[in-house]
Amino acid sequence: MRFWGKASNRNPVNEKAGFSKRGRAALMFALPQLLILLLFFYWPASQAVQSSFTLQSPFGGSTRFVGLMVFERLLTDPEYYRSIYITVTFVFLSTLISILLGLLFAVAADDALRGSKTYRTAIIWPYAVAAPVAATTFQFLFDPFTGLAAIVNNIWPGFWNPYIDGTNAFWMIVVVAAWQHISYNFLFILAGLRAIPNTLFEAAAVDGAGAFRRFYTITLPLLTPTFFFIVIMNIASNFTNSFGIVNVMTEGGPGGATNLMAYKIYADGFIGLNLSSSSAQSIILMLIMIAITVLQFRFVEHRINYKV
Amino acid sequence: MVNQSKGLRILSHLTLIFGVVISIGPLLFALIAASNPVTGFANGAPVWFGDQLWVNFSAAWERGDFGRQLFNSTVVSLVLVVGKCFLATMTAFSITYFKWPGKNIVFWVVLLTLMLPLEVRIIPSYDIAANVFGPLQFLADATGLTYLLNKILHTEVNLNLSLLDSYVGLTLPLMATVTGTFLFRQFYLTVPDALVDAAKLDGAGPLRFFLDILLPLSKVNIAALATISFIFGWNQYLWPLLITTDPNMKTAVIGLQAMIPGPDDLPLWNQAMAATLIVVTPPVAVVLLLQKWFVKGLISSEG
Repeated sequence: MRFWGKASNRNPVNEKAGFSKRGRAALMFALPQLLILLLFFYWPASQAVQSSFTLQSPFGGSTRFVGLMVFERLLTDPEYYRSIYITVTFVFLSTLISILLGLLFAVAADDALRGSKTYRTAIIWPYAVAAPVAATTFQFLFDPFTGLAAIVNNIWPGFWNPYIDGTNAFWMIVVVAAWQHISYNFLFILAGLRAIPNTLFEAAAVDGAGAFRRFYTITLPLLTPTFFFIVIMNIASNFTNSFGIVNVMTEGGPGGATNLMAYKIYADGFIGLNLSSSSAQSIILMLIMIAITVLQFRFVEHRINYKV
Repeated sequence: MVNQSKGLRILSHLTLIFGVVISIGPLLFALIAASNPVTGFANGAPVWFGDQLWVNFSAAWERGDFGRQLFNSTVVSLVLVVGKCFLATMTAFSITYFKWPGKNIVFWVVLLTLMLPLEVRIIPSYDIAANVFGPLQFLADATGLTYLLNKILHTEVNLNLSLLDSYVGLTLPLMATVTGTFLFRQFYLTVPDALVDAAKLDGAGPLRFFLDILLPLSKVNIAALATISFIFGWNQYLWPLLITTDPNMKTAVIGLQAMIPGPDDLPLWNQAMAATLIVVTPPVAVVLLLQKWFVKGLISSEG
């Protein structure tokens, strides 16, 4: 049972029989990945930190150390707070919707033994769909003039138009992000459900607990670690993966209503060429990712020490 | 399982049918759209199949240059599959089977990259791809080596190698794999210690043990990592968007965006949806056909 048990306080690097006094060989095995990580992860991250403390001209050349000025500017900019607010709301709503639906389908699949394999296949395939590809399909479904939404607009003219209505556009990206994660949540919750020993349910049934009672007193509490894990994974993914959805569907618009943090870093830096501000925003998103990762570590450690 | 009422079971099936509608619905409407002529979109999306499926597929294929892009996506995905399996098995071996001072450092260096998704280091990662020797040049400049060489040799020291618009650039920076490394680490921990002891008695070194004993035992896990790596590679978006400008180096997911009609364009959604179906087919096929490995890879590497 993967997510169970107390966090161990021993060193996560377990002792195992192996080779001693072969440090050079060990290094050789680790070196390829280490080089890639240093070159393409740690070096750029350190550069982002560095450039967030400098002002630089967009076309290269002069850079000037300015301390915390870029951060000060950023943190006094109402646009940036709006972006944070939009992002947090987006992450919260899409995570909530996606996990609730994943839970609903997983509980049903665990229950309906016959045909559950077919259902499972039908529900997990969206995992294969990239965020921007899902966004393309939903862009069509939600198109107010030529998509499915147009049929609604034909009945109530002007009901839906994400091209000019910020709230419509915002809900549109929430739906896409939620849709994209259902399969993931479904799979993990189903695995969590299957890991609950049947004897618990049988004992409860013998004691006269009905199906709903069993769900609240056995299933939900025992799923808590699974929930905690997928909530973190969904949050982390929605903070970053949302870039593809926004870039395809709304480009941050209309009027900044979908200007999520990950998209703003790209738009300000890569399109607006405001490298310092973009880097400072990167650092802030990085801090958020660090906070999320720290939470994640608990579970990483679990999966290392409590192999099924 | 505990006996359940018939009503509850019917409710479960209804819920699942609802789930299937939600997950298959968008695909179905894409397929319907892809089978209709453009005139079918005048009053909103068509709700039933037309007879233009083949016409739209070939039009989309031509217009989007998907032959080339699918080829690129395939190359990128397969290189990533092989690369990630290599790196994951090797790094995990290094931190599981050796007692050496760097063990903890490597462990944490790999683990902490979870905090550094591409989205938080967009610009500097682009800079690295534009010149992978950037850090070396930086070190040479910082230590005065450039100045020294300039004085002695009277030549400008200018290290420059760009990975933009290349397969190496599309794959190498994405090849590191935290989840893959821990998938194998976890698996190695379950391999009986007797195997390595026996191998050592027989005089086998680490490389021999790794190649002849450990890798053959890892087949199932390699298959699992390979399937999720393929999907990961195929679905890359931000990185190829940043580093490719040459149309011949674009991947299918990137190319798809060019097919979306804007609000003022002719609503060629039929071709756009045909293109969507083309782009999703390979990864969907992997999930459906290799479902067992895919589920194992997902659950055991990320869980």
